[in-house]
Amino acid sequence: MSDLSSGETKPTATFVNVGERTNVTGSAKFKKLILSGDFEAALDVARQQVENGAQIIDINMDEAMLDSEAAMVKFLNLIAAEPDISRVPVMIDSSKWSVIEAGLKCVQGKPIVNSISMKEGVDAFIAQAKKVRRYGAAVVVMAFDEKGQADTEERKVEICTKSYKILTEQVGFPPEDIIFDPNIFAVATGIEEHNNYAIDFINATKRIKATLPHCHISGGVSNISFSFRGNEQVREAMHSVFLYHAIKAGMDMGIVNAGQLAVYEDIPPELKERAEDVILNRRPDATDRMLEIAEKYKAGAGAAKFADLTWRNADVNKRLAHALVNGITDYIDADTEEARANAEKSGGRPLDVIEGPLMDGMNVVGDLFGAGKMFLPQVVKSARVMKKSVAYLIPYIEAEKARNAALGIVDASKNNGKILLATVKGDVHDIGKNIVGVVLQCNNYEVVDLGVMVSCAKILEVAREVKADIIGLSGLITPSLDEMAYVAREMEREGMAVPLLIGGATTSKVHTAVKIAPGYSKATVYVPDASRAVGVAGQLMSAQNRDTYAAEVKADYAKMREAHARQQQGKKRQSLAAARANKVKIDWKAHTPEKPRVMGLTVFDDYDLAELTRNIDWTPFFQTWELSGQYPAILEDKAVGKTARNLYNDAQAMLQRLIGEKWLTAKAVIGFWPANSVGDDIELYTDASRTQVLTTLHSLRQQMFRENARANMALADFIAPKDSGIADYIGAFAVTSGLNLEKKVAEFEADHDDYNSILVKALADRLAEAFAERMHQRVRKEFWAYATDETLSNEDLIAEKYRGIRPAPGYPACPDHTEKALLWSLIAPDKNAGITLTDSYAMWPAASVSGFYFAHPDVEYFGVGKIERDQVEDYAKRKGMTVSDVERWMAPSLNYDPGQANAAE
Amino acid sequence: MSAPVISKERAKTIADRTAALEAALEKRVLVLDGAMGTMIQRHKLDEAGYRGSRFVNHPKDVKGNNDLLILSQPEIILNIHRAYLDAGADIIETNTFSSTSIAQADYGMEALVYELNVEGAKLARQACDEYTAKTPDKPRFVAGSIGPTNRTASISPDVNDPGYRNVTFDELRKAFREQVEGLVAGGADLLLAETIIDTLNAKACLFAIDEFFEDSGIRLPVMISGTITDQSGRILSGQTAEAFWNSLRHVKPLSIGLNCALGAAQLRPYVAELSRVADVLISAYPNAGLPNAFGEYDEDPHTTAGHVGGWAKDGLVNIVGGCCGTTPDHIRAICESVTGVKPRKPPTVSTAMRLSGLEPFQLVS
Repeated sequence: MSDLSSGETKPTATFVNVGERTNVTGSAKFKKLILSGDFEAALDVARQQVENGAQIIDINMDEAMLDSEAAMVKFLNLIAAEPDISRVPVMIDSSKWSVIEAGLKCVQGKPIVNSISMKEGVDAFIAQAKKVRRYGAAVVVMAFDEKGQADTEERKVEICTKSYKILTEQVGFPPEDIIFDPNIFAVATGIEEHNNYAIDFINATKRIKATLPHCHISGGVSNISFSFRGNEQVREAMHSVFLYHAIKAGMDMGIVNAGQLAVYEDIPPELKERAEDVILNRRPDATDRMLEIAEKYKAGAGAAKFADLTWRNADVNKRLAHALVNGITDYIDADTEEARANAEKSGGRPLDVIEGPLMDGMNVVGDLFGAGKMFLPQVVKSARVMKKSVAYLIPYIEAEKARNAALGIVDASKNNGKILLATVKGDVHDIGKNIVGVVLQCNNYEVVDLGVMVSCAKILEVAREVKADIIGLSGLITPSLDEMAYVAREMEREGMAVPLLIGGATTSKVHTAVKIAPGYSKATVYVPDASRAVGVAGQLMSAQNRDTYAAEVKADYAKMREAHARQQQGKKRQSLAAARANKVKIDWKAHTPEKPRVMGLTVFDDYDLAELTRNIDWTPFFQTWELSGQYPAILEDKAVGKTARNLYNDAQAMLQRLIGEKWLTAKAVIGFWPANSVGDDIELYTDASRTQVLTTLHSLRQQMFRENARANMALADFIAPKDSGIADYIGAFAVTSGLNLEKKVAEFEADHDDYNSILVKALADRLAEAFAERMHQRVRKEFWAYATDETLSNEDLIAEKYRGIRPAPGYPACPDHTEKALLWSLIAPDKNAGITLTDSYAMWPAASVSGFYFAHPDVEYFGVGKIERDQVEDYAKRKGMTVSDVERWMAPSLNYDPGQANAAE
Repeated sequence: MSAPVISKERAKTIADRTAALEAALEKRVLVLDGAMGTMIQRHKLDEAGYRGSRFVNHPKDVKGNNDLLILSQPEIILNIHRAYLDAGADIIETNTFSSTSIAQADYGMEALVYELNVEGAKLARQACDEYTAKTPDKPRFVAGSIGPTNRTASISPDVNDPGYRNVTFDELRKAFREQVEGLVAGGADLLLAETIIDTLNAKACLFAIDEFFEDSGIRLPVMISGTITDQSGRILSGQTAEAFWNSLRHVKPLSIGLNCALGAAQLRPYVAELSRVADVLISAYPNAGLPNAFGEYDEDPHTTAGHVGGWAKDGLVNIVGGCCGTTPDHIRAICESVTGVKPRKPPTVSTAMRLSGLEPFQLVS
């Protein structure tokens, strides 16, 4: 079964862009690279074309100064080693058969040969066509015979028809693998006979497609504008106009520069009109009139400015679409009003503006996002434009509703479906959920967002009340996984039928398959990220696909459960006793623990945010926006670099204001105590006498089988044992940068500005992490002061090149969230820093970090991994909890199935 | 290369057998044999064992050249064929996986290639005819096995020089032509290009076969079987299953399919993918699971047959069998698992230009 979560199918095209930049006859740059033997850079040209959307790349080495066969072979062999280029088919382009055949011997895929023709007679044509077939390629056939290239409509049709008959009847060539090139020649050359060339091509295309079944039509588009060499804007406009008409006539393939093609709708009206005159041969003075204005459009600084003006001059629907695609809010209220007034004038309704131009624009955004041509930050900006426009219309819609209600008319809204989203009880994290909500709204779903910490009862109640079509649950911390499974079982118990979507950082396909889906008999689907949400929702809302899709997912998850069960049987752990015997062996004589310079608590009220900015790790910030790559390299990334730069600039600008206007307040508390380990526990003492235990922390030990003398680690191993008589210490901390964040978020949301609302949350998260990093640094240098001479760059800090760790409860080294209760009793972050805990031990504000400080030179970060029942029983006893409580909190870390008791609750 | 002379009588036999094969495939799922190497290993042959009496003085070591046993230990090979026929196999593969001048160059045995193929086909022919004589209503067929050779035409063997190739399309084409002529002369009923790790090698092979058909005036059914190397779902040279099919569908094979590298459990999604897109018959013969920590295949026959039988019941396949690690017991269990199961009906696919790079591409007509 294919990857169901992606919902993607293979590309099926209706018009194919063939990249032309790897053609020495068409690209001076490529020719120079090949002639100088710089194949490395030549490959970059090919790669860029594919990245720019070329679905096939044309490769041509016809150059007198070249050994064309050798160059073709070398380039194709090099491409074969570059998966990001060779994923697309190639077009082997040469006027010499020997070069084509050499090329055919180098490609494992099914390529296109460009081209063969009857110019050397029918026999040579047949022989070449047979070979092409035997090599397994499709073929471009030029409208060319012994008399020459076909220029008129009649000749084009005649030669193509004759070729078609020979190929299908004598050679047995499949008609669907034949592509005719009926020759695109330059128009507007000043020679009158040339004026009808575009029309000849377009009309011939129509006739060929109508009479020769299954064949395709292609052509070298840039020929058409040859007489305007050097004037890119005019050329692009001519190409775009030509394609617009030729595609309508049936042209389904073209050799074009995928990176430079004007959007037909975006061509300035004056230029478009004159380009159409020239292409369609509409008036005798078309060429002169084009020349008249051509100068004006020569590329340069003026062009961009002019484009701006053009945009504002278009009709209001186009302006709305432009604003949506480009995320421009500056004119949205005025444009929305104009569209609304227009609708009213023509007897329409305010809703028509939403369902007409706004949805049309958002569909473009959705398509571009789906095709990977727009990225998340841009989409969120588009949504902001949409929301603002809708907000403007709402009073009018409400007024209309009131009037209708008075008349007894019921309104039926036309969206794709209603989706209820919630972050489950005990969890406060919502950036990802909000992004999913925005993306769904962009795709015309009505989203009912219940926010964070939403109880199961509330979710079910609202779902019924608003008649939700789909429920989506989100969560970030591990206890949320359990809560989601609970919601699923409740939905089953209450006999609900709506599909359930599961997402969020700790969720996974396996977890959904193993723990959540079995509880709910209706569709339950894991959604890995926002970009997948639309596809999944689309499947689930489609009356046609819903059942098959749900069945496929179910089957997939069933298989995954089986695989998981098998895997579990295979993954034996060792006993706790054996793991303890293999604890970390530290020579306590070799190192005397340093005593912290400042014992007890230190509180930081209102920490300087500016100081934290240099400690920001930006890479996760981009991940939040589904842009993957390492900072700073991501800013120069070929695919997402531009988007990343814009986002980064927005973030920097907001950071300035955030600090300058003090949107957020940062607070922290740290503390240090004498401590010693007792078994897997760590005792903290009230004072240096170490007689009175202040509190006892509990660590968990790795139980996997280890190799290469690696230990089964527990945090307690890194604190000197009580019976060693050595005085050791431990620290604890909690920091937040999220105080007052809600106020700012509420402001943005009131302004329908999801983009800035998500941005400020993402920045608050980054600042909290930076704060934790900065505080740890100061602890090492000032407060515990065991590394006063440390000098590390931010990169080194991010790479954790320092001595000591700051593990957080709920994370791999101490996966039990309930230890946070002890942490809170120790340093009282609620009182000292304004950070509280939810029922699930999530911190509020969400932009907070807490944990412990360990300083031994040997200490390192590690993951406890899965643990066995013996440790759970031992741990429960040590903590004074019931085994089933521990099992519930530690569910994701158990290496065994705690049994049916849990599932039946 | 000179045109091979095919007697009228031989041409008639080929046509009859093709018709019989097609008739059988209409009615049921056919079963290929299992691993040859696994069975040869059981004989624990040493260098002298591989040499037999004929190659005592061959200048290079030949231990491991399993194809050579056709000439040096023909009884062993014949008996392995019989064991698989006894288990119920319908199609027996010749022991000629590496019988090309390119693969035999390692042993300095290029000169023996034609003979290996002729004799290899004859051994399988003999075994099949013995069993067909016993139960004439169940005809057995000889598939001439054609491996990928040990070189790849679209992957460089030198990581520092990605443009370099140690074999060309034309070298492969010539080597495969020689093999095909031998297999047909020895009595093969069909040709099986298998364990394809580089589609360009396969294209050269199929090019040679197509030329041979044209030159000789006869046609044999052709089976094509690729190898998905791991769970990336791609063959070694990087193509997805569908892209692989798009590259080779022009030869109008009897079947397309997959074998080797994966066990049945892992292979299923890719078999299903091919089954969905290919409008010809589907073959699939997995390994006996994935190798264990000792590099051995230890999946028991019922597990393998359970999966393979499932493919058949789900209408995914027409021809099944076993690859590395499978034994006559596996084939027996597989035969049972597909008995009475209706063979898959190839889907009708829309007319479209189907191209491929590493990934498939289509343009509707």
